[in-house]
Amino acid sequence: MKEVDLTCSITAKEPSSIRLVLTLGIAGLISGAILVFVYQFTAPIIAANKAKALREAVFAVVPNSSYLQELHYKDGKLVKVGEGGAKPGQILYGAYGDDEGFMGYAVVGSGNGFQDTIRLLYGYDPVQRAVKGMYILDSKETPGLGDKIYKDPDFVSQFSHVNVDPTIELVKGGRTADNHIDAITGATISSDAVVKIINSAHAKWDDKTTGTPPEFIKPDPEETTDSEEETK
Amino acid sequence: MSSQKNLSEEFLKGIWKENPVFIQVLGMCPMLAVTNTAINAIAMGVATAFVLIGSSFLVSLLRKVIAKPVRISTYIVIIATFVTVADYSIEAFSPALHRELGAFIALIVVNCLILGRQEAYASKNTIRYSLADAAGMSVGFAFALFCLGATREILGFGTFFGSPIFGEHFEPWVIMALPPGGFLMLGFVLLFFNWLEHRKKGVAA
Repeated sequence: MKEVDLTCSITAKEPSSIRLVLTLGIAGLISGAILVFVYQFTAPIIAANKAKALREAVFAVVPNSSYLQELHYKDGKLVKVGEGGAKPGQILYGAYGDDEGFMGYAVVGSGNGFQDTIRLLYGYDPVQRAVKGMYILDSKETPGLGDKIYKDPDFVSQFSHVNVDPTIELVKGGRTADNHIDAITGATISSDAVVKIINSAHAKWDDKTTGTPPEFIKPDPEETTDSEEETK
Repeated sequence: MSSQKNLSEEFLKGIWKENPVFIQVLGMCPMLAVTNTAINAIAMGVATAFVLIGSSFLVSLLRKVIAKPVRISTYIVIIATFVTVADYSIEAFSPALHRELGAFIALIVVNCLILGRQEAYASKNTIRYSLADAAGMSVGFAFALFCLGATREILGFGTFFGSPIFGEHFEPWVIMALPPGGFLMLGFVLLFFNWLEHRKKGVAA
């Protein structure tokens, strides 16, 4: 802040244009410098938080999983996302147990809710052909009604085993089949949105996830976490 | 000008006599948007306080340096810097809170309460008084946010700071948690504090 004092101490009664430009220019410069410093300091923490939140979400929707790797569909099969990265929306997560055995996939899906886009993550077991868990990543559904899609344990727990064949169906008044989800009273649109998002994401990934799941490849020791680079 | 003033008076006026919300009716955007729970209200109050006190300090420090014709732009640059610092820090240290408050942290920049204090007070007074004024206004603003947030949370969710206070049979008054509830509650709160003020005057007279 001291610089401002020095440059501008030559005060005239009528401020010249140069002084106006200087005042704003220096204010902008200092502001920029402060922001660069703060960004440098907080960016890694923010990236780590996001990576941690994602890991926790994946482990929540795929039971018994404790490792994950990013996968994408390339040359007819699912492979680990390499150096080049993958297109957004073309990634799914492979989740692996303690012994590095394959436990299931975690897929991000999004679609229109009642208020705004809902983003969610669901766990999928290709052997049982069933959804094993659902986690809402992002939603602005009505507090008290639509937000029950993640706050109501009765609704969320239904997703711990739902058959995807022929499609997941939304029903009212209780589940009678393995592919049924019972809608939340007062939030039918939000419940329907969740089911539709999973159905459409599944339709996109179904034929790509039927093959043998890729092996777990241990990350290089230099890479501390597998999603450090996410927030570029 | 400032020799007549008293530091504690400058601080206290923001809390009651010139309360930014109840009397000046400033900063209504965050007031309505993020006061559906007590914790959101307090977080917003703290973030606003940080920005207001920081900018008041700087503006007061540089009040003789900043050229008059560009003063508003300079204030906005200063305010925006503090807001961005607050935004990054909240995202880094409390992602959950950042998700709740969302865009409203960035919108502190255009909170008229902050720019208003710079133009009306910090640009004309010494650092000590500006700090006292900013602190008082911040406490007053946070207090108003908290009043609204706590009432709306109790009525809209049946909880206080996230813990349920009514029994199982309480049916939340959902509209209180929604934007219309914010308007309704703000009306009642303004009514209540103006009634208090009137009654006080009536007694004094």
